[in-house]
Amino acid sequence: MNWILLFEQTLNGFQLGILLFLLAAGMTLIFGIMDLINLAHGSLYMMGAYFAATFTQWTDSFLLGALLALPACMLFGVILEKIALRTLYTRSHLDQVLATFGLILFFNEFVRLIWGPVGLDIPLPELLSGSVELFFGIRYPAFRLVIIAVGIMVAILLYLLVSKTKIGMLIRAGASNRQMVSALGININLLYTVVFGLGAVLAGLAGLMAGPIMTVEIGMGEGILIITFVVIVIGGVGSIRGAFVAALIVGFIDTVGRSFLPDILGLFVSNDIADTAAPAISSMLIYILMALILAIKPQGLFPPKGA
Amino acid sequence: MKFTPRIYIITLLMLGLGAVPLIADSIDEPFYTVLFSRMLILSIGAVSLNLILGFGGMVSFGHAVYLGIGSYVVGIGTFHAVEDGVEWLGNGFVHMAVAVAVSAIAGLIIGAISLRTHGVYFIMITLAFAQMFYFVAVGNENYGGDDGLSLYMRSDFAGLLDLSNDNSLYYLNFGFLLASLYLSHRLTNSRFGMAIRGTKSNEQRMKSIGFPVFRYRLLAFVIAGTICGLAGVLSANQTDFVNPSVMHWTHSGDLIIMTVLGGIGTLFGPVIGAVAFLLLEELLSGVTEYWQLIFGPMLVLIVIFARGGIDGMLAALDRWWLLLFLKKNPEGD
Repeated sequence: MNWILLFEQTLNGFQLGILLFLLAAGMTLIFGIMDLINLAHGSLYMMGAYFAATFTQWTDSFLLGALLALPACMLFGVILEKIALRTLYTRSHLDQVLATFGLILFFNEFVRLIWGPVGLDIPLPELLSGSVELFFGIRYPAFRLVIIAVGIMVAILLYLLVSKTKIGMLIRAGASNRQMVSALGININLLYTVVFGLGAVLAGLAGLMAGPIMTVEIGMGEGILIITFVVIVIGGVGSIRGAFVAALIVGFIDTVGRSFLPDILGLFVSNDIADTAAPAISSMLIYILMALILAIKPQGLFPPKGA
Repeated sequence: MKFTPRIYIITLLMLGLGAVPLIADSIDEPFYTVLFSRMLILSIGAVSLNLILGFGGMVSFGHAVYLGIGSYVVGIGTFHAVEDGVEWLGNGFVHMAVAVAVSAIAGLIIGAISLRTHGVYFIMITLAFAQMFYFVAVGNENYGGDDGLSLYMRSDFAGLLDLSNDNSLYYLNFGFLLASLYLSHRLTNSRFGMAIRGTKSNEQRMKSIGFPVFRYRLLAFVIAGTICGLAGVLSANQTDFVNPSVMHWTHSGDLIIMTVLGGIGTLFGPVIGAVAFLLLEELLSGVTEYWQLIFGPMLVLIVIFARGGIDGMLAALDRWWLLLFLKKNPEGD
């Protein structure tokens, strides 16, 4: 077994897990508090990447571009919430799925109209585009390390925000009993907007960090949206802690599975069969995991209390 | 039965669908036969989804899987029939039988696991299963992988029916649509159908009365899957082409849209929805390349304002009609 490759792939899996967590945290919060399934969450991710690409072009600096893209995402999310999504909170899940599916169609076409059908690249500054030596001569791309560091930082900040501040207290209260929170005189509409804005920023952050390592393109949000679903369902819908654990598990299994499954299968069946079967099976791994977990624990690993 | 505008419109729609090849031939635009043929096939898919979504309240976000299964049965069957000369693999009856069997087994497995969950979990797990099948198809290089398979022949019905003629394929589709509507009608009005509808409005109560809710739901799930699998067989013949995108999750979304657009939980709603969906797509994409820019928000507005879909609007029209022209209160006469 190739240990260096395994180590690198573990880090890659960790990095994918971090991106998934940023998306899943927002989505699971929005679901937990507003009871809204937002398929358009992937569109927020895509908009984050496109905003960052444009602002980076304007300012010639990825850092500035990223810093500008975050408030843009928040604004975008807040407007989206006020115009379209607010009316959906009290609707059935079916209505929500449909309406937000319509929004995906709209945003994909919107991006095609504004930015054109060809994907964009986000150039990285010198400092981040190289690789760093970790130890024993193992090198790893600097930018991916930055993603991991930022993600961990955000996770800690989010934890502090939710468990130590007043807003966090309201968010937790909102997640366990909405009616009671509004009955106690809290402006629940404002809380909804804040939570949605927060979710939009997290999704945008994931998008702008994914931009430089994958291409910024139309529909980039959908592939990752589905994996995010898997994450929040495995973690237990509404639980941030669950989202974190599940995101790391899914990121790890997906990445490591893709690079090592042919070898692992090769131990049991002939190499030919392993080589043809491995790509399909490795794409399926996370879905198999999800089906297994739901078959055993239909509420996910960490079902939120009171749900 | 009172003849109200709604019944007239639906009758006209069904008669119109029956006459499409004749009209298309007489104005020499065979393209319309193909377009409406697609509508018929997707109508069958939507009718089958409606059985579980509309009547049973099970929001399956992976219904296109069965379209894919049916399509691949035809694709793989005809592939071997042509390449290896195994003639019986090109037989349409074999295709249908195998598609029914495989769809039923797939439905049984997917349903047995998914139906243990509820709400969002159910939506997501059906989606996840659809993704699995999608990736199996993408990863299967022997049968074209991502690019799919071109069909060198259509299903062979041993001289009974020549599918290479688009008109006979059209009437085969039409026949299947009528059959699936009849089945849907009989099923939803049977004791079994009533029990399924009961679980939609109150599962707990159905359980307390003593109905084995899980088994009933599972059976409905399997029936819906097999009907849709047959639609897949027709779909492959229609397009002469099979590729994984037929079971892409957005395609499952399209099926839900058709069902809801037409009116869930009604007999003809899914047909109306499928026809309206494809007509809209055709019209809007004629107007602008960016047709989804219009279609997306339209969908949002329909969800927000037009509950009950098009069939619901027709029902509202009926109430107006009764009030205006018959001066009767539709609720109690």
